[in-house]
Amino acid sequence: MPSNITRPDQQHYVAPVEETPLVAIDTVKAEGKPSNLWTDAWNDVRKRPMFWISSALIVLVVVIALFPGLFTQVPPNNDCQLANSNGGPTDGHPLGFTKQGCDIYSRIIHGTSTSLSVGIIVTVLVFVLGIVFGAFAGFYGGWLDSVLSRLGDIFFSIPYILAAVVIMSVFSQYANVWVISLAIGIFAWPATARVLRAEILRVKNSDFVMASTALGVSQFRILVRHVLPNSIAPVIVITTISLASAIVAEATLSFLGVGLPSSTMSWGNDISAAQTDLRTAPQVLILPSIALSITVLSFIMLGEVIRDALDPKARAQR
Amino acid sequence: MKIKRFGVAAIALAAAGALTLSGCTSGDASPSAGAGDSSAVITTNGNEPQNPLIPTNTNEVGGAKILNSIFAGLVYYDAEGNPVNDLAESIETDDAQTYTIKIKPDQTFTNGEPVNAQSFVDAWNYGALLSNEQLSSYFFESIEGFSYDEDSELTGLEVVDDTTFTVKLKQPESDFPLRLGYTAYLPLPESAFEDMAAFGENPVGNGPYMLDGEGAWKHNEKIDLVVNPDYDGGRKAQNGGLDIIFYATQEAAYADLQGGNLDVLDAIPDGALSTYEDEFPDRSVNQAAAIFQSFTIPARLPHFDGEEGKLRRAAISKAINREEITDVIFAGTRTPAHDFTSPVIAGYSEDIPGSEVLDFDADEAKELWAQADAIAPWDGTFQIAYNADGGHQAWVDAVANQLKNNLGIDASGAPYPTFAEARTAITDRTIQTAFRTGWQADYPALFNFLGPIYGTGAGSNDGDYSNPEVDQLLDEGLAETDLDAANAKFQQVQEILFQDLPAIPLWYATVNGAWGETVENVEYGWDSVPLYHQVTKSE
Amino acid sequence: MAGYIVRRLLQAIPVLLGTTFLIYFMVFAMPGDPIVALFGDKTPPPQVIEQLRERYHLDQPFIVQYFIFLGNIFRGDLGTSFSGQPVSEILAATFPVTLRLALLAIFFEMVAGISVGLISGLRKGGIFDASALVVSLILISLPIFVIAFVAQYIFGIQLGWFRTTVGSGAPTQDLILPALVLATISFAQITRLTRASVIDTDTQDFVRTAASKGLPRTRIVPVHILRNSLIPVVTYLAVDFGVLMVGATVTEGIFNVPGVGRTLYQAIIRGEGPTVVSFVTVMVLIYLVVNLLVDLLYAVLDPRIRYAK
Repeated sequence: MPSNITRPDQQHYVAPVEETPLVAIDTVKAEGKPSNLWTDAWNDVRKRPMFWISSALIVLVVVIALFPGLFTQVPPNNDCQLANSNGGPTDGHPLGFTKQGCDIYSRIIHGTSTSLSVGIIVTVLVFVLGIVFGAFAGFYGGWLDSVLSRLGDIFFSIPYILAAVVIMSVFSQYANVWVISLAIGIFAWPATARVLRAEILRVKNSDFVMASTALGVSQFRILVRHVLPNSIAPVIVITTISLASAIVAEATLSFLGVGLPSSTMSWGNDISAAQTDLRTAPQVLILPSIALSITVLSFIMLGEVIRDALDPKARAQR
Repeated sequence: MKIKRFGVAAIALAAAGALTLSGCTSGDASPSAGAGDSSAVITTNGNEPQNPLIPTNTNEVGGAKILNSIFAGLVYYDAEGNPVNDLAESIETDDAQTYTIKIKPDQTFTNGEPVNAQSFVDAWNYGALLSNEQLSSYFFESIEGFSYDEDSELTGLEVVDDTTFTVKLKQPESDFPLRLGYTAYLPLPESAFEDMAAFGENPVGNGPYMLDGEGAWKHNEKIDLVVNPDYDGGRKAQNGGLDIIFYATQEAAYADLQGGNLDVLDAIPDGALSTYEDEFPDRSVNQAAAIFQSFTIPARLPHFDGEEGKLRRAAISKAINREEITDVIFAGTRTPAHDFTSPVIAGYSEDIPGSEVLDFDADEAKELWAQADAIAPWDGTFQIAYNADGGHQAWVDAVANQLKNNLGIDASGAPYPTFAEARTAITDRTIQTAFRTGWQADYPALFNFLGPIYGTGAGSNDGDYSNPEVDQLLDEGLAETDLDAANAKFQQVQEILFQDLPAIPLWYATVNGAWGETVENVEYGWDSVPLYHQVTKSE
Repeated sequence: MAGYIVRRLLQAIPVLLGTTFLIYFMVFAMPGDPIVALFGDKTPPPQVIEQLRERYHLDQPFIVQYFIFLGNIFRGDLGTSFSGQPVSEILAATFPVTLRLALLAIFFEMVAGISVGLISGLRKGGIFDASALVVSLILISLPIFVIAFVAQYIFGIQLGWFRTTVGSGAPTQDLILPALVLATISFAQITRLTRASVIDTDTQDFVRTAASKGLPRTRIVPVHILRNSLIPVVTYLAVDFGVLMVGATVTEGIFNVPGVGRTLYQAIIRGEGPTVVSFVTVMVLIYLVVNLLVDLLYAVLDPRIRYAK
C-alpha cells in the first residue's frame, strides 16, 4: 500500500456495542455443537426423501451383489439349453432366456456383483486420483501444476483400448473385476483431475480464501477445509456419471473382445452378447440395461443430494 | 464389431480364386448378360489389403480379391469349382512330378509388356526367395531347389520357349496343377522387379480388370478397378468396372447394402444371419463353402493321450449337438460336419466309416466318458481357447454349455484378446487347452484339408498329431496320378482320423451374401468370392 | 503471457518422450507375435518368421527398438505399416477426417448439453429437469454400439435421412449421424455439469447484485450466470475432444469412417508398433495444444485467474 496516503481518523458516532441488540448476534455460541460442514450436510440430507429413496435402492443393489442366492435359486450358468434360445418368460424364469438359453433373471442377479464392483472400483480410482492430482495442480500451481498436469496428459493420450488390450492380455490369467477396473480407470482420471483443477483455479481467488490466508491458516488446511469443498460439485457430478460409464465401458470392451471372459457373469457381458440379436430379440439386451439404469439412477440421485448438501450457498437459499 | 481381419471367414487366408486341373475345358463360362448396362460399375465390399499388392505376399481375403480381379493366372475356377484354363493352354505330366505348362501366345500386361513363360518363372522365383520374405513362399516349397535356410533358385523351373516352361517337383504330387490358381502363382511383368514396393502400390496385371490409373488404391477407403479391354480369357467383364469399398466391419457393409449404397456383398454380420434371406428374397445366397471348422485337442494335454484320450475325444464329439448349434447360433448358416473336408470338394463323402462319431448321442457320450474315467479319473475344467476379436464367443459358449449339460463336467471358453496372441500361444505350443481351428482351402482338393494339418510335422499340424499310417496313405495318395484313386486313399486317411479325432469336426461354413435390386447374374465361387466379371447391372 | 505459453510448449518435449516410451512399451508388452498373426490360421516356417522379425527389428530388445524408432522420427521417417504404406501418409489421410468428426460431435454436445443443462439448472426440480435426467440416463446406460446400430437403422436405412455409412472422401454431411451418436456419450456429462454449475452460480453474490441492480433476467442469464458456469464445462469439452480424437473406434467402425479410431484399433490389434506410436504422438500434440488453449480461455471466462507469474 502506498505510504504517502494518510488516513483520516475514523470517528465513532454509534452507541457502544453492549447497548445494541447486535450483541446477541455477535456473541459466540460457546456451548452447543460447533458448526461443521459435514454435520450440517447430514442434518440437511436426512430430511430429504430423495436421499432415502436412492439410499434404499443402493442398499438393495449392494445386498443383491453380496447375496445373489437370496434372490434366485436358478444357477445362472448351468443348464443353459439352446432349445430355450431367446425364449420368453416361463414358469420359474420370469424374464426369459438369453441366446445361449440361460435364465436372464438369474444372470442379472448374479451379474450385479461384477458390474457394481467394476463401477465402484473405477469410480473410487478416478475420484481419488482425480482429486489428488487436480487439487494439488490447481491449488499450488507453478512447477507442481506442470508436472502433475503433464503426467495427466501422458496418461490421457493413451487410447484406452490399447490400455485395455495390453492390461487384459498381460493379466489374462487373472482376468477379473480388479484387472478390468484398472484397465478402465487408470486412464480415465485425468478428466476428473482437469475439471477439479479448473474449478480450484477459480475458487482459490475467492474472498474467503484470501480471508483464511490473512488469518494465517496453513495452505494445506485452506485447500482441504475451504477450497476443496467449494470446488467439489462438478467432480461429484462427473463421478456419479462415470459410475455408469464404467459399467457400460465394460460392455464396450466385451464388444471389442477384450472384456471379461464369458464365464464371468456381468451386465456388460450380457449386453454385449445380446447385441447381435438386437433386432430379433431386443429384450435380451434391454433387461440388463434396465438393471444398469436403475443402479446408475440411484447413484446419480444420491450424488445430487450430497452435492446440494455440501454447497453452503445452495443450502442457504432454501 | 466383427472386424473381418483374420476371423472365421478370413480363416485361412486368401484362397483366392482360380485353380486348375490339367487340361480342363478352356474357358467360356460366363452366362451371357441379361438386361444389363455393360458400362455400369459394380460396387462391392472388401477389406483394406494388409500387405502390398504383390501376389506372393498376399495371403488374406482383402488383397486376394483385388489381385484375382486384376491378374489372370494359368487357370481360374467357375462357380462350381471346376478349374478352367485362363492363361494356360495345357498343363501336362506323366509322373505327377514333372509338369510341362504351355501358355497362350501374344498375351500382354496392361502396360504392354508381354506375358510369357519368363513372367511366371521370374515371379515364382521372386516369391520363393528367402530374403524376399514373401508371406506365401511356402507355396513353392515342393518345387525343386526351394530352401527355407538360404537364398536359392528354383532349379526345377525351366523356360523351354516363350510360351512353354517345365516344373520339376521334389516328389510326385498329383494335385500340383490344382494349386496353380492360387494367388501366389500369378505372373509378374518385368517392370515389377525394378521397384517391388512401388509395384505393390500400383500393380500392373493382365486380368479382366485393371487399376483405374495411378493411385486408384485409396487406402482404408476403396480401390477402383476398370475393365481391361485387352483381356480375352473366360472371365471377360460383363460390366463397366468394379469399385471395392473397404469396410472395417461387416455391419457397416450390410447397412450399406440395405441403404442401397452397395451392389454385391459377400459377408453377412452375425446380427443379420437369421433375417437376411427374408430381407433380400431371391437376392441372397447361403451355399456351401470350402471352409471346415473344428477344435483341436493336442495329445499332450493330460487325459487326452492313448486309450483314455480316444474315449474322451469320442465322448466330447458325441456330446455336441451340431444340428442345434448351427440352427440356433448360426441361423442355419453353417452345416454340421460329416468329415474333415468340405462338401464343395470333389471326392467328398457324407458316410465315411467311423463318421457316426459326429452324431449327437448324450447317453453314449456319458458312457464313453465314464469308461475313460475308469482308466484315470477326470478333474478340472475342459476349456476351448479362441481369439475374442473374431466373433467366436457365441459358438464356443454353446459348445461348452452342451459339454457341461451332457457330460456333467465343467467346461468353458478361454478367450485370448487378440488373434496374434492366440496364434502365438498355439504356434509355440504354450497353450494348455483345446483350441479353435479352422481351415479354408487354398485349392479345391481333399489333400489340402488333410496333408497340411494331420501329416506328421506338417506346417499347420498345431496339435502335433502323428500317425505313421496316415503319413503313408497321404504320400500314396499324392503319388497317384488318377484323381479317384488318390481320393480313395485320402478317404482311408479320414477313417483313421475318425478313430483318433485329433480335431473334433464341428461344421462347414457357408457363403452368405446378398445383392441389390439393380444387379443380376450374381454367383459366388467355391472360395466364397463373388464371380464379379459376370455380374451385370442396370441403371 | 508469452513466457507462459513458451514454457507450456517446452513442456511438450518431456511429455512426448514419456508418452512415446510408454506406448512403445505397451505395444511391446502385448503378448502375441504380430508376425505369426500375419499368416492367419496357417503356421509359417520358423525361418520365414525369423526373416520378417529382423526386417521389423522385432528381434531386438525393447530399448533398442525404441531408440531405432526415435532416431527415425528425428529424421522425419515414421516408418511404414505392414501394408507398405508410409505411416505419415496414413496420418495425413485419417486425422483430418477424425478432426472433422470430433469437431462436429463437440459442437452437437456443446449446443445440446449446455442449453439443456442451463434450462435444467435454472428450473431445478421442474418437469424439464426431470425429463432431461431420464433422457441422459437412458443414453448413458446404453453402450455406444447399441446407440450406433439403432441410429444407423432408423435414420440411415428406415428413414433414409442420412447415408448409412460414410462415403468416399468422408464428406461432412455423411459425418453428421456418427457425430450425433458420439455426442450422446458425453451429452449426460455436459448436461449435468452445466446444470450443477448453473445452480452454483445462480446463488453467487454477483448474480444477486445484478438482480438487485434491476438487470433483466435475459441479461443476467447469458452474461452473468452462463459465462461464470462455463469453466468446468469447457474443461470437460476439451477433455472430451481428446477422447473423441482417439477413442471413436466403435462408432468409426460401425459407420465405416476412415478415421483415426478405426485405423489405430487395427494397428493395435495387429501389433504395428510404429503406427500406434506415431498416432498417439500426434494425439499428444493436439491434446497439449487444446489444453493450453483451454487454460488461456479460463482467464477470459474468469478474470480472477491469472498466469502472469
